[in-house]
Amino acid sequence: MDLILWGAFPYVVVVLLVSGLIWRARYDKFGWTTHSTQVHESRLLRIGSPLFHFGMAFVVVGHVVGLLIPKTWTDAVGLSDHTYHLLAVSTGSVAGVAAAVGIGILVYRRFKVPAVRQATLKSDHLMYTFLLGAMALGIVATLLNSTGATGDYNYREGVSLWFRSLFTFQPDYALMGQAPVAFQLHVLFGLGLFLLIPFSRLVHMFSAPLKYLFRPYVVYRSRDPQQLAHRPSRRGWEKVGS
Amino acid sequence: MRVMAQVAMVMNLDKCIGCHTCSVTCKQAWTNRKGTEYVWFNNVETLPGQGYPRRWEDQEKWKGGWERTRSGRLRLKAGGKAKRLGQIFANPEMPQIEDYYQPWTYEYKNLTEAPAGDDMPVARPVSQVTGEPIDKIEWGPNWEDNLGGGPEHAVKDPLVEKVNTIRDQVGEQIRMEFEQSFMFYLPRVCEHCLNPACVSACPSGAMYKRVEDGIVLVDQDQCRGWRMCVSSCPYKKVYFNHSTGKAEKCTFCFPRVEVGLPTVCSETCVGRMRYLGVMLYDADKVTEAAAVEDEQDLYPAQLGAFLDPHDPAVIAAARANGITDEWLDAARRSPIYDLICTYQVALPLHPEYRTMPMVWYVPPLSPVVDAVAATGSDGEDAGNLFGAIDAMRIPVEYLAELLAAGDTYVVDAVLRRMAAMRAYMRRVNLKQPRDESIAAAVGLTGEEIEDMFRLLAIAKYEDRYVIPTAARADADALADTHPLDDSCPVSAQALGGSRPLLNLSPTRRSA
Repeated sequence: MDLILWGAFPYVVVVLLVSGLIWRARYDKFGWTTHSTQVHESRLLRIGSPLFHFGMAFVVVGHVVGLLIPKTWTDAVGLSDHTYHLLAVSTGSVAGVAAAVGIGILVYRRFKVPAVRQATLKSDHLMYTFLLGAMALGIVATLLNSTGATGDYNYREGVSLWFRSLFTFQPDYALMGQAPVAFQLHVLFGLGLFLLIPFSRLVHMFSAPLKYLFRPYVVYRSRDPQQLAHRPSRRGWEKVGS
Repeated sequence: MRVMAQVAMVMNLDKCIGCHTCSVTCKQAWTNRKGTEYVWFNNVETLPGQGYPRRWEDQEKWKGGWERTRSGRLRLKAGGKAKRLGQIFANPEMPQIEDYYQPWTYEYKNLTEAPAGDDMPVARPVSQVTGEPIDKIEWGPNWEDNLGGGPEHAVKDPLVEKVNTIRDQVGEQIRMEFEQSFMFYLPRVCEHCLNPACVSACPSGAMYKRVEDGIVLVDQDQCRGWRMCVSSCPYKKVYFNHSTGKAEKCTFCFPRVEVGLPTVCSETCVGRMRYLGVMLYDADKVTEAAAVEDEQDLYPAQLGAFLDPHDPAVIAAARANGITDEWLDAARRSPIYDLICTYQVALPLHPEYRTMPMVWYVPPLSPVVDAVAATGSDGEDAGNLFGAIDAMRIPVEYLAELLAAGDTYVVDAVLRRMAAMRAYMRRVNLKQPRDESIAAAVGLTGEEIEDMFRLLAIAKYEDRYVIPTAARADADALADTHPLDDSCPVSAQALGGSRPLLNLSPTRRSA
């Protein structure tokens, strides 16, 4: 079981994520959008959406730092475990609370504003389940870990090591199997969320328009040659040449 | 000089009867789909009025268009690129459905499917967005038609507020009582600007201006629904399709224009008040022209960016830039060029937004003529009209806010030219001797006035629409490879030497 969950599943997620993104870019560019509902309701969205998005961005940065930077490095610069956790929990909780409050407002709005409820996609139900689940479990895991309910478990010697072992294709699945249940569930919901990215509105995270900063204001484009008279015939519509 | 060509439009407001045929045919052609219920690529507003969406001209609220920085550069009024990216999760200026109107339908099934009973079945209005009943319909796409609700609503027109602020000193305000008010119609489509703010605001680079004909379009595959274009367009002519989550806008009916047909709104205009044709402009001059310091210089600056299609240097530069002879020929016969440059009777809509719009308007003389006629005087006498234009400051000031960044001199000059045309042509129609002094008073010759009359009043189909096709070169190549039998059964020889004209009058301008 540990092998399937922590040894195989992460790779399945990565493969589906990458292939899903390629599929979406190739066959469903028209569906690739934020599906914004701001035209229906702006007052709540203007508070909730930036809170959630900016909060989430910092949460992601926090995860990257926590998972990728080995304990030996922070030990080497003389950062004690206690100080590290104080730093991580204080900055992390600010970001986490912002994201949680933000998503709270957004979900409230989605239920309460009729036009927004109407605009909810089928994929949103699953997406919101995993997003809210992952966020709630993350908060629970942090609380349990900080209050000592998980004993002296240090995720930097458990989850983080397992995560880094994934990159060497020698996943230390047993390590993850020993982690507290809250961490295990958080990781599973997180992986599930990654899996949903290409198949839900979450895909818009891959179109962050940074190129905007470096392009001239006005964009000129020529007419698509595919639309002109001498375009090649499409399959099944070849001319007979008479 | 970098010559570019644009298919542009002019509307003669004097002839708009506010029938909304353009809006309806456009709606049928383009936006009768889920997600675009509230969207009208073409709409007709009664002015003075708030318009659609409500108070769209209030750029302090919407932050549409451009502004000039202290260093003389152009910046989107909503802020620079970095600021806009920072606001990407919630656009603070995004209009709401309610700013347009809540689209509705009626529960018609209640009428057709109600069982027999004692009570009369009722068809309640329901929102087309949510499907929920609406107790009271409070606004629509055309709520203020013919000054409906005038005293209450039209005073909230941002231009009325502006004119009234200016007029406070003389203690005379725009009146909204019906007998004392003036009104006219303003049909609006996308302006297909030379310096489009929507394109410039699009973070994804999905919006673009077509090189060949200047039409501004949204690439539906690249739009990611960041909705910056919606608020940055000062004319509020980019809409958010709430079903697909993508921006949509007037396409200038490009599939029709490409084959030489006028747009649907133009084709179906019963007042024959729309004109379509080619304008050549110098792309290198656009930014400079859009950044002139004084807002009232924007109109002359845009005139300065347009190029004379008869000028051999322009023709040579245009050819070098890949503009075909068919397009150059169309540019020389362009009714748009004549209305904008030759006779200078067309003006840009809100030049102060600095977007260099390309749908221009001939201001209406009718409020003035009506007022003169109402006093029992001769409404087509040159002296009476000139005097009335000088005396009737309120309509002139209002038009100046609309079409000339508040410069009444420009509007005066155009109205005088229109008045001169009426007076001059009245004499012609009454078989009186032509009075060249009327034409000379507005800096034109009698011949020019008669040509202007033909263009504006007679307005033949082939004079109004001079549209080069996009694929003509392809078609010619095809004809060369598949030569047809050249003999026509109704050829000149068969008819004894004269070419059959198939009931088409010769065009106003031959190439």
